[in-house]
This record gives sequence, C-alpha cells and structure tokens, in this order.
Amino acid sequence: MATHTPHSTLDALINVAGDTTDASMKTAKMPIGIPGFTLHEEERTVPASEPPVWPINKDLSYVGKPQERWDGRAKATGRARYTADVQLPGMLYARFVNSTVPHARVLSIDTSAAESYPGVKSVHVIEKLLGGAVLRDPTLEQNRYPIVRYVGQPIAAVAATTPQAAEDAAAKIKVKYETLPFVVDMDQAREKDSPQVFPGAADQAGTAGGGGSSASGVPQTGNVHGPAVHKQGDVEQGFKDADVIVDAHYTTQVQTHSALETHGVVADWKPDLLTVYASTQGTASVREELAAYFQLPMSKVRVITEFMGGGFGAKFGAGNPGVVAATLSRKAGAPVRLMLDRQEEHLSVGNRPSSDQRLRIGAKKDGTITAIQLISFGTAGCGTGAGCAGPASNLYKWATLHVEENDVFINAGPAAAFRAPGHPQGAFALEQSIDELAASLNMDLLDLRDRIDENPVRRVQRQIIRESAIWKSRNPRANADVGPIKRGIGLSQSVWYRHLAMDSAAEVRVHKDGSVEVLSAVQDIGSGIKTVLAQILAEQFGVPPAQVEVKIGDTNYPVGPNSGGSVTTASLTPAVRDAAWQAAQKFLASVAPALGVKASDLTLTDGMVRSASGKFQPIAFRSAAARMDTNQVSAQSRRIPDYDPRKYDTYGGVDVAEVAVDTETGRIHVKHVLAVHDCGRPMNPVAVISQINGGVIQGISYTLFEHRLLDPNYGIMVNSNLDKYKIAGSYEVPKIEVQLTESYIGQSSTDASGIGEAAGIISAGAAIANAFYNATGVRIRQMPMTPAVVLAALNQPKPQMEAL
Amino acid sequence: MSDHQPPHRELPETSSTTGNKGITRRGFLKGAGITAAGTALLDGVQSLQQEAQAATPKGVMEYGAEAFPVTLNINGKEHALHVETRTTLAEALRIGLGMTGTKISCDRGACSSCTVWLDKLPVNSCMTLAVDAIGHRVTTIEGLSTDSEVHPVQAAFVRHDAMQCGFCTPGMVMSCAALIERNPHPTERDVRVAISGNLCRCGTYPKVFAATLDAAGQHATKA
Repeated sequence: MATHTPHSTLDALINVAGDTTDASMKTAKMPIGIPGFTLHEEERTVPASEPPVWPINKDLSYVGKPQERWDGRAKATGRARYTADVQLPGMLYARFVNSTVPHARVLSIDTSAAESYPGVKSVHVIEKLLGGAVLRDPTLEQNRYPIVRYVGQPIAAVAATTPQAAEDAAAKIKVKYETLPFVVDMDQAREKDSPQVFPGAADQAGTAGGGGSSASGVPQTGNVHGPAVHKQGDVEQGFKDADVIVDAHYTTQVQTHSALETHGVVADWKPDLLTVYASTQGTASVREELAAYFQLPMSKVRVITEFMGGGFGAKFGAGNPGVVAATLSRKAGAPVRLMLDRQEEHLSVGNRPSSDQRLRIGAKKDGTITAIQLISFGTAGCGTGAGCAGPASNLYKWATLHVEENDVFINAGPAAAFRAPGHPQGAFALEQSIDELAASLNMDLLDLRDRIDENPVRRVQRQIIRESAIWKSRNPRANADVGPIKRGIGLSQSVWYRHLAMDSAAEVRVHKDGSVEVLSAVQDIGSGIKTVLAQILAEQFGVPPAQVEVKIGDTNYPVGPNSGGSVTTASLTPAVRDAAWQAAQKFLASVAPALGVKASDLTLTDGMVRSASGKFQPIAFRSAAARMDTNQVSAQSRRIPDYDPRKYDTYGGVDVAEVAVDTETGRIHVKHVLAVHDCGRPMNPVAVISQINGGVIQGISYTLFEHRLLDPNYGIMVNSNLDKYKIAGSYEVPKIEVQLTESYIGQSSTDASGIGEAAGIISAGAAIANAFYNATGVRIRQMPMTPAVVLAALNQPKPQMEAL
Repeated sequence: MSDHQPPHRELPETSSTTGNKGITRRGFLKGAGITAAGTALLDGVQSLQQEAQAATPKGVMEYGAEAFPVTLNINGKEHALHVETRTTLAEALRIGLGMTGTKISCDRGACSSCTVWLDKLPVNSCMTLAVDAIGHRVTTIEGLSTDSEVHPVQAAFVRHDAMQCGFCTPGMVMSCAALIERNPHPTERDVRVAISGNLCRCGTYPKVFAATLDAAGQHATKA
C-alpha cells in the first residue's frame, strides 16, 4: 500500500516548462539510513517539479517487491532476439582475417583470391585499427597497415552470402609479415633488454581499465608505462609512526570476459541511415563512435540492442567489429552480420589486466592505519588500465597514502573494463593484508575493520556477519583441522562508487486505452533494467508491471546511459520516475474537463483517480483514461543532479566464504558464501540477488580457475576456447546466501543504485584466500589458486611475514 | 533412414558377409595368411574400393562438398532446407530455418548454449552435423512451448529469475527439461549433473537449481 504524499501540483509541472534547472525549489523530508538500524528522516531541498518522496520499500506497492523479469518469458522460450539472431533480407556474413604472429610489420595483403571467391560481396583491409595504446609520436612508426602487436589482431574482413563462403574466402587472403621480436611475459617485458611492444611512449585514451597509469603524460621506460603516482601525506613518516607494518607481495592473472554472446553487430548501411544492431552495453557509445568514425551526423546513425548476451565491461563503442561491418555493408550495398568467434573473443576484445602488487600497511597498536603504500605493475596487453589502487585508496581510513601504478606493455590484446576494474586485484591484496594486520595486532578481524572503516552501511553489514551462523561456526585458530581436508572461513569487504551518467533520459506515454509505456535508448545487459522501469510505471499508474510496455535499446528513443560502473539504475530510474510523474500530471489535466473538475483537484494513487474535493468516487485509472481529451499524453525527463551534491557515497559489502582445502590434491572447494551487500534502495530484490549470485560465482571462477595462458615461444593464447579456459560451472557453485542492506541517502526521486560491480567479484579472491589461511595457516598470495599453486604454497617454508 | 531423403548418390548395395566375388574385408583377412601379397598385387586399387563399399552399411548416403537438399524433422514438423556436409545442426536451425532460439556461443561443444534434443537426448547442436540429424526427431527450445503454454521448466525459470542476460537460458532449459522428462523427481545433485556442460557467465546456477527442482512434477502452466 503506497502512502506517499498524494499531492498533485500541476502548477509545479507548469513551472518546469521542460527545463528543470530553473525550477523553483521545495523542501522534502526523505528517509535516510538503514531500516531496522539507522532509519530516520532528513530534509532536502529539491526542484519543485520533483515527484513526492517515496517511502521505504515496505510501504510501496511494486518497487522494492520481488518482481518477475519483464522479459523472462521471452528469454525462457527462446523468443528473445539477440544481435546474432537478427536476419535481414539479403544479409551477408562476415569473417575477420586475424594476425597469426604476435608482433610484425604487415608488408602486403593480397585479397584477390578472396574477392573472386564465389559468394563474396565485399572485402575490406583495415588501415585504421581501434583499441589499444597509440604512440605519442606517430612518426616513430610508419607503415601502410597497422603494426601487428598481438596474435588475433584483425587485419582484414570478408563478407559473403554464407558463413561458409566468408570463412573460405577469408582463408584465401594472403598477408605478408616482417616479423618483429615480441614479448608476452610481463616479468620479461619489464627487463631492460626486452623486445619493445612500442618503439616509444604510448597512451590509451579513455581506457576503462583499472585507471591509474592509463592517464597520458606519465613516464614510460621500455615497456613500463608509469608510474602514475598518487601521494597524500608523508608515507615514510607514516611508517615511522607505525607500531606494526605488514609487507607482502601479491600476483593475479589475466582474466577474459567470456560473455556467452561474443562481440558482434549487424550493420545495414543505407544512403540515408546507418542502422546497426549491436551486442553492446551502450547504444549511445556505439552511435557516437560510428558517427565520429564515418563523419556522419548522429541523427543518421541508429543503434538497436533488443537483447544482449553479457558484456561485463568489454562491450562499449562500435570497436573494430562495428566499423568493419559498417564498411563492408557500405561496400556491398547489403546488410552485414559480423559476430566474433570464441577465439577472437578471447584475443582481441578485452580482458582484465594482471597485477603484481607490493603492499605495505603501517598501523598503530589500536589498529589506526598510519600509512598505506602500494606499488603495482600489471599488463593490459598493448593497452593500458592495469591500475588496482581503488581498494587500498578508498576502503579504509589512513593517515598517509603512496600509490604507484605501472602498466607493462606485452604483445597481447588490449584490456577492457571488466566488472569493478582494478578492484578484485586490489582487494585480493588489501583484504589479506588487513587480516594479517589484525593477526599481528591480536585483534578480531571485524573489530579492526570497525576501527578503520567508518562507512555506516559496512558497519551494519559487519554486525550482520558477526551474528551469522556461518561466522559463529568459524574457529579463529588457523589450521585447526587435523585431517588432510581442512575447513576454513574467511571474509573480505568490497567498495564501489556512486557514479552517475547524466545523459540518462526517458519518455513516458499514457494512451487513451489506459496503456502506458516507457521509452529509453538504455540497453538491458542482463541486470534487469526493463523490469525496474516497468515497476516505476506500475508504482505511478497502479498498473501491474507485466502490463507496462517497456521499449528500450534503440537510439530512436531518448538517450540512455551506457551500462558500465553500476551507473544504470542510479542514473536512469530518477529520470523515468520524473517522466512518469509528469505524464501522470498531464494525464490528470487531460481528464479533468470530462470529470468536471480542475486538474489541481485530481490525484492518481494506487491506480485510482481521486477528487480531493470529493466531487466523485475514485475512478480506476483505465476508466479515467477513456475520458482523456486526446489520444496520448507524454512527458520526457532527464536525470537531474543528485539532491545533495556534497555527498559522495560508496557501495559495497562484506562477503564470507567457507572453503574445504584438500591438502593432498591441492584442490580448494568453496562450500558456502554469505554475501551482505547494499545498493541503496533495491528496486527489484530478486534481480539484485541474481546479480550478487553472479558476482560471487564469477569471483570464485576468477580466483580458482581462470587464466589466460600465452605461449612464450609463439605468443599465442593456448586456451582460447571454453574447454581449456576453465570458468566455473554447476559443480563449482557453492551454497550462496545473500542479504541486502536496504539503505537510503536521499539523493534522487528513486534513491536507487546499481549492484553490478560491488556484487561479489571484488571480495571473492580475498575472502577465499583468508578462508584458506584459516584452514591451513598458510597465506596464498597468488591467483588463480590452482592445485599446483596451492601445493606450492603449502610446501613452502612459512614466510617471515607471518612472524610480524 | 527416412524414405523421403533425396539421396545425393546412393552406393550400390554390397553385402559385407557374403561377397564371394569381390574381396570383402573379412574374406581378405581370412586368406591373408597365405595369399596376402599376391592378392594385394592382383587386386590393387579395386580391392580397396570394394572394401570401402563393403564397410558401408546398407542405405548410407555419400555427400559432396556442395550444398544439397535435406529434410529434417524439427519439433514434429518436416523442414526442407539445403545444407553442406560441414553444416552443423545449430547453423542449419539458426541460418537455414531462422530458428534462432538455439544459441551458438563456443561452437565447439564446451558451453551447451546450443543444446537441442535428438530423440529426447540432449546434444550440442554445434557438434552435430545437420546430416546426422536426418531421420531423428529434433526438439528445439521453440518446440518446448506454444503461444499459450510453456513447459513447466520454462515457467519455473521465469518464477525463480533463473536467467540474467538470457543467452545460456535456452540451452539450460533444454538440459533441465530433458532431466525432468527422464527423471521426474531429481535431486539438486541431479540438476548439477544435468547442466554440468551448460556454462552461464552471469552466474545464475543457484536459481537454475531451484527452478528445476520446483518444476519437477508440475504440469504445464497456462499463459
């Protein structure tokens, strides 16, 4: 039952006149804090056009209630149409020709045999490659074709009437290389006499990797791009002030995104419009890149993403597949489908960089951190973005901080943003070191974190952990089990940020037949934003979410956010709620004449139109709609800034993992995970839990199994498939318990936020490693924790660090 | 072998057990102890051809490299289409027939996104040649529901939110529905085994377990 203020003010709407920035302001009392713990009210000054404040979830009808996925049936029945499912009349099938060597100058490309191959309609040789770092001084390297810097780099492409013909023809393109020395091992690449991936300093613009050294202008020595230095305070003094110092070295491997739907597009170049169906996390980003690349007006590029099969950060922009498919389509005068195969997906469209971290933490006896120093190296292949200092910088309070992040170029495909870029790597190190710090201070793991982490939500989450059955069952003494299979329990925290994409807009329409629809270019990458938008309209109009029409994933609709960094829900939902509210006011104005009252006498709550003056009994929304004085009313709204710009909130969680370590075989079995997380107001708790399950499982997969293996002799990835590149399957899934910490910060009309990054993947590695320590008394500082790594860790002499 | 298959080229019938005039594999091997060298010299290439014929069971067709017409039984209906020998069942369904509910993800039998039933047995359609599906009843995700009714497993997947991006979902549904068809009362362990080949990168497994257990024994849900 909704109890929010039924205060209809058409006046406020009229004041807005489409521009919220000049709107008069009003004050609003908003729920703040965590229900059951810290809930209270605070006053905010908000634009007068803003809808009434929503109460907490338990007092709403549809929002915050478990809701079936709006497109669930389409997905379960196979009717959901993904990019690779698009079939257009006369559509051609394209294949890339990729480099077979890791580093080379391409001397010549002979496409004649491909061009005359039966069924071939167009051939394209790439002269401008997208992705990866570029030389600051391009004159250092001059060649007609892009320099090959990794095996699998696209060189040319063919479009033909059948996939088989395209494949056959692609095989007939002859590429002549002058091979150059290469390096695929990061440690080797750091050495002075290593082959150079670039002949000079190179930067990557707009990389969405881990940040840090991706900034241009940082020094470069050989293959080492960095350090990007971030200092606050005098860290040496901080260490002098410390009673205890923990100092450790951690390494993590390269992980590939491995979304089940590969990158790809269907491009249809017509003289008056370029239409591109894309598997993307950002219809807006694809349109922008295509418009810029082909110098087309934005209005002449349309991008459609009806359904997309996973991206995890790697699917932004048109990329090489997008521009090549569009070029082939233009040349052939026919639509072209270009979907990557599984090998190409591993090699050329992104990965999570590796890391090699030296982390020192100094603390007082009471746990207060006096200094954190992190020096990291990582490889993002021939790109940048291997920084991983996020957790060390932002999870806990410190007096002094010194961070140096370095990217190391190797001859491998460029990295891309990958779910919480840099954070799983950084947390793997930080959260183990914090546990070590607690041990050396003889403090409880949770008490120490209470001391150094002031975030009120995390504090409540730790309390939930303390009281949980799994944590109570933990033996604080490490290596307590006597048999070969040892059980252990550990925890880790995570942190992510309240990022917003201000280009988030939507239109809401009300039709005379009582149907309502929402339109936005935003795409649903699997997180369930369609359902959330339906819930918002349901809440406004009292129509069940399944009956709301949700039209998204098309740049013909108002601009939507690119779905990365957990921005979608936080950015778009307030715009949709505002549009729904304004459409409702217009609806009331449209029915007022027929009802014989002024619009200001009317409200719409719980699906009923009510008269404040009591002129008539409440009328159902649908019946009232039939009396509209027009066939359709609509309102468009965009994201307005957060109500309180001074606030900068983080999201995160505390995860507990229970493992069984077989000390004879080296296998780690994760048995049970308790994940306690927050994302502001959970809009659809069911989908939030799904995402957290997924983050936990992806994190386990990363921690124990996944590893991109490059052959040092040939530079090829030896496991570029899904049978040798092991990702977690049904046997590796533990019992997962999720607890949501519903929390309110009073920042927007929905006060909601995303969960994608914070969900599990950041903390899984450290939680498992800390559980491993609890089981065995041994620190494991290397990922993936394969049996060989586990056995090596168990057999090594106890490191000195433990004596601290 | 179904009768309506247009044969590309049917080989002459050859008995592998009574071929007295030609040299069969068995006959050749029987006499090999004494006359191996002589026979090989005398018959040369001819004997090898005959051996190949003899080893080919009755009615088996031989196909060339070009596309040729076939008929496949899919979801209870006969579908005529052209395929090459190398065309996989997944490609034939998706491209040849526009039945795109079946997904291709790894294209080498490692992820099971492309799971269909061959006579009720779940198989990877990316590892099954279209020609090998001739004469079998193929069931795809499209065949599991009608406009008004969905399979209990599909209904349960929706109820339990056993999907995120949804790309693995058709394959998951086919594996789980096949499990319930052969074992109406599965345990969670049975579900794990049934989908041990199905990869889900979004990590939706816990809800797949729950949905499948919930669906077990239930009747079709009206739309």
